[in-house]
Amino acid sequence: MTEPQANLSVRQQGAVCIVEFQDRKILEELAINQIGEQLSEIVESATAPRLLLDFKNVEHLSSAALGMLITLSKQLTERQGKLALANIHPQIFEVFKITRLNKLFNIQDTTEDAIDALR
Amino acid sequence: MPFDPHPLPHQIVIESDLGAARGVEDLILREAERVGFSAECAFAVRLALEEAVVNAHKHGNRCDPTKHITVSYEILPHRLVVRVRDEGPGFDPRLVPDCTAPDRLSLPNGRGVMLMRAYLDDVCYNETGNEVQLVKERC
Repeated sequence: MTEPQANLSVRQQGAVCIVEFQDRKILEELAINQIGEQLSEIVESATAPRLLLDFKNVEHLSSAALGMLITLSKQLTERQGKLALANIHPQIFEVFKITRLNKLFNIQDTTEDAIDALR
Repeated sequence: MPFDPHPLPHQIVIESDLGAARGVEDLILREAERVGFSAECAFAVRLALEEAVVNAHKHGNRCDPTKHITVSYEILPHRLVVRVRDEGPGFDPRLVPDCTAPDRLSLPNGRGVMLMRAYLDDVCYNETGNEVQLVKERC
């Protein structure tokens, strides 16, 4: 079986690193681990990193993906960085609300709002 | 709805492997959509099934590839019932801590059971605690 590849699009806008998930589903454990590792590398490579995760393509995610985001958030805090999430589909936002992680994460409606929040 | 020990009409036994489990999830989702479950309903079923098979593989079978996961199901036009059984010793679902408690909110795991309960009409376990029954009414 081919290992799933974490499919991320990464671009820099000013001080903010914008990462867009390309996959519709963030379910696979291997893929989640790969995404976590790639995001971790981004965080480790910057001083006080500003990271924006764009969820516009994401239609499904699992509790394992939530766990990966929590770990990433802690890592950013340790490096005096900031994290914002944007463009989350209503169904996915509901998952954040149910688990009350909407209180833990900085969730913005749009990419522009998230960039402002990271300034 | 209490755990019903009667066998369901369809049963698939797979090796404890998440790739194989996902194939079964896809099969159940396709059938649910075929009988008229909405996209919203399918989202809930997908999420709950994913959490159930991951729990069976990781916590029940301890990722042991020599063990098996048994998925049995019945899909009616108005209701879907799926059971996921592992070969582990089982657990007491009443002892799962509240993942939304302030002191647990920032822990990276422990949300699977809560998400299943939130998205389904009923979630219950057999006495041993190694088989979960998921029920979703069509929406």
